[in-house]
Amino acid sequence: MSIHVRLSTTLRECVPGYVPEEGLDIDLAPGEEAVTAGELASRLGIPAAEIKIVMINGRQGDLRNAVTEGDRIAYFPAVGGG
Amino acid sequence: MFRFLRVNMADKTCVFEDVPEEYAGLGGRALTSTIVAREVNPICTPLGPHNKLVFAPGLLGATNSPNANRISVGCKSPLTEGIKESNSGGQPGGHLARLGILAIIVEDIAAEGEWWQLEVGKDSARLVPSPVAGLNNFDAVEKLVGQYGKKCSYVTIGRAGEFKLTAASIAFTDRELRPQRHAGRGGVGAVMGSKGLKAIIIDPEGGQTPPIADAEAFKAAAKRFANALTTHPITSKGLAEYGSAVLVNILHEAGGLPTRNFTVGRFEGHEAVSGERLNQLTKERGGEGVVAHGCMSGCIIRCSGIFPDEKGKFKSKWPEYETLWCFGPHSNIDDLDLICTFDHMCDDYGVDTIDVGVAIGVAMAGGGIPVGDGKAVMEAMKGISEGTPLGRVIGCGTATTGRVFGVRRVPCVKGQSLPAYDPRAVKGVGVTYATTPMGADHTAGYAVTANILSCGGVVDPLKKEGQIELSRNLQIATASVDSVGLCLFTAFAILDIPDALPAIVDMLNAKFGWKLTGDDVITLGQRVLSTEVDFNRRAGITEAADHLPDFFSDEPVPPHNTTFDITPEELKTTFNWIKR
Repeated sequence: MSIHVRLSTTLRECVPGYVPEEGLDIDLAPGEEAVTAGELASRLGIPAAEIKIVMINGRQGDLRNAVTEGDRIAYFPAVGGG
Repeated sequence: MFRFLRVNMADKTCVFEDVPEEYAGLGGRALTSTIVAREVNPICTPLGPHNKLVFAPGLLGATNSPNANRISVGCKSPLTEGIKESNSGGQPGGHLARLGILAIIVEDIAAEGEWWQLEVGKDSARLVPSPVAGLNNFDAVEKLVGQYGKKCSYVTIGRAGEFKLTAASIAFTDRELRPQRHAGRGGVGAVMGSKGLKAIIIDPEGGQTPPIADAEAFKAAAKRFANALTTHPITSKGLAEYGSAVLVNILHEAGGLPTRNFTVGRFEGHEAVSGERLNQLTKERGGEGVVAHGCMSGCIIRCSGIFPDEKGKFKSKWPEYETLWCFGPHSNIDDLDLICTFDHMCDDYGVDTIDVGVAIGVAMAGGGIPVGDGKAVMEAMKGISEGTPLGRVIGCGTATTGRVFGVRRVPCVKGQSLPAYDPRAVKGVGVTYATTPMGADHTAGYAVTANILSCGGVVDPLKKEGQIELSRNLQIATASVDSVGLCLFTAFAILDIPDALPAIVDMLNAKFGWKLTGDDVITLGQRVLSTEVDFNRRAGITEAADHLPDFFSDEPVPPHNTTFDITPEELKTTFNWIKR
């Protein structure tokens, strides 16, 4: 099992070859039980300053929240509409 | 010299009058709602002679404020049977403000079968028989432009308005003279049609920027406001790049993207109909496609986009999130080109994309159209213009369609369809849907900001706590913004950047020589809402109507499996400044 990651709009450019319909499946390091959303973003090369909205399993979260295997996390820059 | 223009469709008189004392200092929604509340009998027949149709630019129209040229349309709604303010971009708002016309009030009705158009210029207005009756918006505007020229702006109804269908809209031409911006909600196009008014042609020649009491102070405040808009990432970049369509993937992720008539909160085909895809295809196809397009003079947000077909030719404007949602996930369709075709048909026939798109999905739920069948939807849509029975049903919107097909889950409040956020997963906007005098309406109090977008704070969308207060504050603020002529998307900057609202207040004070404070903005918003609620009460819409259909309380929606658990008793506390 891994952590399933989805990226929004401009954040997709941080991960070359990102396929929107598939997202990313990221494994924790050996022995690691969880990682913060911020640390995970950093590993993916996404600057924290670019992230405005974090959703973990569809719920509002932030970069301090921990994610573990089986979780789904999505990162969004500041976007909005109406 | 600021004036009203009163147009009587029965005796064909057009009279400029000084602004009556009771309307001084009002603009946009504040003005349309005050006029309707004072001059329209709340129990009148909306399609009859006693209803009035009011057009009003906002208080900052035609000034150098960015994003201030929107127009408000007010009347008694044939859809909700209550008061309606419907708001649009495009050029006419700014043009009317340049001509010093604070409101056009269209009264009475022409004889059955007559079609007229109103020519408005500096110090002149007259009704003439309309040669474009029977045409849809694009053909009608093309013909009118041939006659009146490219410097005018045009307000039209399509065949849906001529048929007086209750989801009919009023179209306003944009900077390229396309009738693509609409006063969409509440059937305002049917009211225009009921009066026998096919078009308004506005010639801004001889008009001017309105006088400004303190030009230097205005300039400085406008600069601060522009700075807020160009600093905030949503108003400076996000909306220009992706339009409101960016919300498809956001709401999908949040589990609040209503799919197949509000049965589940995520849609498998979301990526195919997303803002990212819209942006990508527009860039790939090039040609006449445009990213970062402004619909009205003075817009620096530029969210409206132009979508090209595979050959790079104009196909449609960029559909809004609401349109992508109701013709997409709600109707189980994941074909972006097809959805853009439907959007263009709505622009052309002149109907509210939301009430018609939701009607489509509700018809599917009732077996009237095969679920997800794009071809069948196309035939139903064409029927709106052809006047077929199914077309008339769909063109009257969701409540009518649900009734005709015996559907149990009809997502409407006060007869107007819910927009694109499931109230069980975005509870703040659910409060707005239930309580706004407008009927189910997301723009009236767009709690999605704090519920989903981390804008203006954070309020967990899945819990009850904080939602009433959030909706209340946004409804008040929005009523004020709607009165100033500002595009509501400026709200993202207003919510996050402390200087944005003071800059607006300073612009108003500099223009009019007023001494408003931030508190006055709240008072104005409250007064507008009080006026609207009072009209509705006198129209027979009581507090009992402030609720969502019960399936939202009964049925949990996946993936979060929550229900809308805010009770009618709790909802009654939303407008806490109004004595009950």
